[in-house]
Amino acid sequence: MDKPNEDLDYLDEVDSLKTLGKAEENPSFFEHRGNRKSILVIINFVLLAAGGLLILSPLWWMVSTSLKTMEEVMSFPPTFWPESWEFGNYLRTWEAAPFTRYTINTLTITMLVVIGNVLSNSFIAYGFAKIPFKGKNVLFAIVLATMMIPGFVTLIPQYVLFAKLNWINTYYPLIVPAFFGSAFNIFLLRQFYMTIPTELIEAAKMEGASHFYIWWKIGLPLTKPAIATVAIFSFNGAWNDFLGPLLYLNDENLYTLQIGLQVFKGQMSTQWNYLMAGSLLVLLPVILIFFFFQKYFIQGINLQSGGK
Amino acid sequence: MGKKRLTMRRKESISGYIFVLPWIIGFLAFTAGPLVFSFAASFTNYNITSQMDFVGAENYQGLFTEDSLFWTSLWNTLYFVAISVPLTTIGAIFLSALLNQDIPGIRFFRTLYYLPAVLSGVGVYMLWMQLLDPGTGMVNLVLSWFGIDGPNWLFDPEWTKPSLIFMKLWSVGGAMLLYLASMQGVSKNLYEAAEIDGANTWKKFFHITIPMITPVIFFDVVTSLIGGFQIFQEAYVMSNNGEGGPANSLLFYNLYMWKQAFTNFNMGYAMAMSWILFVIVFILTIFNLKLAPRWVHYEGEEK
Repeated sequence: MDKPNEDLDYLDEVDSLKTLGKAEENPSFFEHRGNRKSILVIINFVLLAAGGLLILSPLWWMVSTSLKTMEEVMSFPPTFWPESWEFGNYLRTWEAAPFTRYTINTLTITMLVVIGNVLSNSFIAYGFAKIPFKGKNVLFAIVLATMMIPGFVTLIPQYVLFAKLNWINTYYPLIVPAFFGSAFNIFLLRQFYMTIPTELIEAAKMEGASHFYIWWKIGLPLTKPAIATVAIFSFNGAWNDFLGPLLYLNDENLYTLQIGLQVFKGQMSTQWNYLMAGSLLVLLPVILIFFFFQKYFIQGINLQSGGK
Repeated sequence: MGKKRLTMRRKESISGYIFVLPWIIGFLAFTAGPLVFSFAASFTNYNITSQMDFVGAENYQGLFTEDSLFWTSLWNTLYFVAISVPLTTIGAIFLSALLNQDIPGIRFFRTLYYLPAVLSGVGVYMLWMQLLDPGTGMVNLVLSWFGIDGPNWLFDPEWTKPSLIFMKLWSVGGAMLLYLASMQGVSKNLYEAAEIDGANTWKKFFHITIPMITPVIFFDVVTSLIGGFQIFQEAYVMSNNGEGGPANSLLFYNLYMWKQAFTNFNMGYAMAMSWILFVIVFILTIFNLKLAPRWVHYEGEEK
């Protein structure tokens, strides 16, 4: 549990600065209103702890249900704590559907989408941030405007396009668009490139380096934190994608975890213990990534509001 | 010398275009092209296999005058947006205010409250279907401790949309973090000055914090409105494979459009629907932008 705390330094710095400032500028601040303040702190702490339990209880319920026998799941009233811990449920769930294949399929798509997103968005953003050319501002305005278009307006004609290309029942419709940039990621990475001093790039150009070389050797390494943010958001997006696979994949062998889980739900109907075990297995990678890379999630969230 | 500089600039321009070329290609192939095709096809009876006859405004006319499911889906969507957007916005603001304090373990709490926001997809929808299960779920169990006889949630048309709104509220952490970041950017001097004037916590919250974070509230409201109108996945999974729920109570706009396009293959009709949605979202966004100067406060701006 050391790692997550470290990663939240981002928010913590702001915090410590705040307390530091208060204490220095106004030394009597804490002494003066010490009692009232500590009561408030206790009330807030209790409130937050209660809210935290409320937030966590669905996740606990998922774990708890996944470890119950079917009998216990159906018993009334339901129990909070499993009577017998049926860890075997996980194995049985995994074997009840071709989850191994679904996992390999999902990982293949996700990895390619992440690579596509990182490379294309970084490349495009460098162009928008660091190379002067005519019509750049107009093009960038269009990039931002595309964020306003509801997804379904392009979804149906895109389906027609991919159908005409004979791409139905392949991974191409899910992967290929990732290699052509997306508005939010271009915007996010451009913000980061803007902070790289122009002199650095000018100096590299003096030595005869091409923009491609500069992007690859200077741009990419210097924007690593932003790239990590893009990679993590892309991972989450591709891992959780339901609409795309639902639309383009009809062949069971090509199913992803999300679609597999959806089909599994139909077959298991009220076998809540297996359904919860399956759901947890699918959510687990996302939960782990969240705990290891919180900093990058927070970075992305902050940039969404334009850095404010 | 002058000539050399000119060629340098041209070389720069060319490499600039090369860098943004992937986006231009993607934009033409996956956005602009589809937009043009979709707009044209919305005036035809296109069904992907053979037909593509011009039918004028027939699709639009049919939607408005003959299709009661169109109105049901529009109503469902409006209901969902009108309740979930204000609720999640207010919830996120209060939560972030609570988390914007020096309390022991505050970092842990921030992590905890943010966690549900990163969880999405079928796993989460299934979790909520189990939580809301009238017999075996946790929600009605907890309600029964307080002597409340819980509703049938996803099985009762009156409660299906509230069910989805509860699920949305659970994952309010993303917006919460957005507000938290902006609250931490509010100058401490403002609070100190207000304290000298004898302002209490509530006064400080409503007269300093809220006005100072209005740009982020604006951003959040605009994006969640646009997002809210596009609700699809959760409705699809939680209404039994896109059936639309009991009495069509979960037949949201995009779900109905999906059915028209990919179940009935009324592609032209569905594309007409998509343009109506586009216009609704566009008008709402413009309305928001026009309204913004009345309540959004930008630092350093003269009143």
